[in-house]
Amino acid sequence: MTVYLPIAELSVNIFIILGMGAAVGFLSGMFGVGGGFLITPLLIFYNIPPVVAVATGANQVVASSISGAITHFRRGTLDMKLGSVLLVGGLAGATAGVWVFSWLRRIGQLDLFISLLYVVLLSSIGALMLQESVRAMRRAKNNNPLPIKRPGQHNWVHRLPLKMRFKKSKIYLSAIPIVGLGFGIGVLTSIMGVGGGFIMVPAMIYLLRIPTNVVVGTSLFQIIFVTAYTTMVQAATNYSVDIVLATILMVAGVIGAQYGVRVGQKLRGEQLRALLALLVLAVGIRLAVGLIVTPNDVYSVAVGGMSY
Amino acid sequence: MRRFLRTALLLPFLALAFPVEAQVPFGQASGVKEGLEIGTSTSEIAIASDFRGADLTIFGALTNADELFLAIGQYDVVVTLEGPKDYATVRKKERVFGIWMNTEGLTFEQVPESYSLASTRMIDSIDEAPSLNNIGVGIDHLALNPVGYIPDSGMIGEFRDAYRRLKLSNGLYQRDTSGVRFVSSSLFRASLKLPANIPDGMHMVRAYLFKSGQLINQREMPLRVVKTGIEQAITDAAHDRPLAYGFLCVLIAIITGWGASIVFRKD
Repeated sequence: MTVYLPIAELSVNIFIILGMGAAVGFLSGMFGVGGGFLITPLLIFYNIPPVVAVATGANQVVASSISGAITHFRRGTLDMKLGSVLLVGGLAGATAGVWVFSWLRRIGQLDLFISLLYVVLLSSIGALMLQESVRAMRRAKNNNPLPIKRPGQHNWVHRLPLKMRFKKSKIYLSAIPIVGLGFGIGVLTSIMGVGGGFIMVPAMIYLLRIPTNVVVGTSLFQIIFVTAYTTMVQAATNYSVDIVLATILMVAGVIGAQYGVRVGQKLRGEQLRALLALLVLAVGIRLAVGLIVTPNDVYSVAVGGMSY
Repeated sequence: MRRFLRTALLLPFLALAFPVEAQVPFGQASGVKEGLEIGTSTSEIAIASDFRGADLTIFGALTNADELFLAIGQYDVVVTLEGPKDYATVRKKERVFGIWMNTEGLTFEQVPESYSLASTRMIDSIDEAPSLNNIGVGIDHLALNPVGYIPDSGMIGEFRDAYRRLKLSNGLYQRDTSGVRFVSSSLFRASLKLPANIPDGMHMVRAYLFKSGQLINQREMPLRVVKTGIEQAITDAAHDRPLAYGFLCVLIAIITGWGASIVFRKD
């Protein structure tokens, strides 16, 4: 059964899109990730224009993050004040990102830039995750206990001015690195269509030394608002959010995620993380190959505007 | 050469016809110019989103046609359907540090997004290239003027060829060199191919009448292409009310996410 995507302007097989959404939803439920960094490249592989894939990916992340955020809010593991400071940076970053996005589109380098960013991001994150999970597997085999990290130690981040007190997180931290982190994630949201949790969570834990229990909930809080904002801005400036595509992906995604969560609770962590790492690496390599192989036609036509 | 022969062949007839203008029952010499009329059953085409392409038939008639010229096939008709005009940018990829990226681009001003042509025969055998270029009839003769100053003029030809090739390959530009047929001595029928991805908006049907390779008359008629259906309503909403559309997208996401957390809640 085919369905016509009005914004992407092509007909697709609805079952492939449903399968894609369910599979990514399953993985995101299993690993507790938003899934934007998998859905956007998959859509690009399926010939959805990158412009549409990115904007629609951001929309999909809103749905996949919301139930997690509600759960964390109920449990009280969400620092609203910290989240709001992150959000200030995030909204500014998303605005800047959409501006860069439109500019790249105008000069005809958007597709390349999106692919390059994904290749760099997916291969580095995939490699890091693989390394970490292999190390953990080896440790489990040798029965060595986990080396305990001391989060109390201060680094350069804690010497910055403009300090604020975050009661829920029980930290006293400068607003500059928080806004800066939010800004960077916001840029990634609008250019790559990701929530950015897979960067934000480690950065909050290792760089800002924020207690682990509030990190996930707070990052989800920021992600929801930044991705929702990005969806609106992309819709208003690039007209590139495909509501039909997004709805199919979201419905399949949230259902897939529920099963992913259940399976994830039963399975061993290290092997799962190694599998995810391999998957992330494979997607990154596939994108890199697309940049290197000779295209069928070196020419392309774009209609409209003065120079786009 | 062929044109010369044709003219040579006609000369005796013309020579005969000329001095006795009034008595000649047929011929150009009667002094009345040939007329051209075209018509379609509709001035608006509604296209649903499952449109897979179709033929548009246009009827036309020649008036005051010279019987003799008709008999020896000296009249040629070209009918075109030109889509709405817009700027079009052609980009060329080159390998830079092993990666294929767009390095050069050229924007053409106001070219039709779609172009479908039907003619009685190959249009390059109807008239010569310079005069076709002049009137802009035929895919190879459409005016493709680059925006701005292009220092390397050799590049323009290359980009023009690429533009035509890409447009032909995605079906937006089409030609049927036997698409116009005379159903009687003065009545013709033109079948224009409408591609599946035809843009909506104001199109223009143009008919050109050639006599012995000279354009002698032309007619034009607007034709509105309107896309219908839910998909088009969505596209319109996305462009006309982008903020409300974006808000709706976010709202659907919130409902879906929230709904799932309620439905699947383990209590």
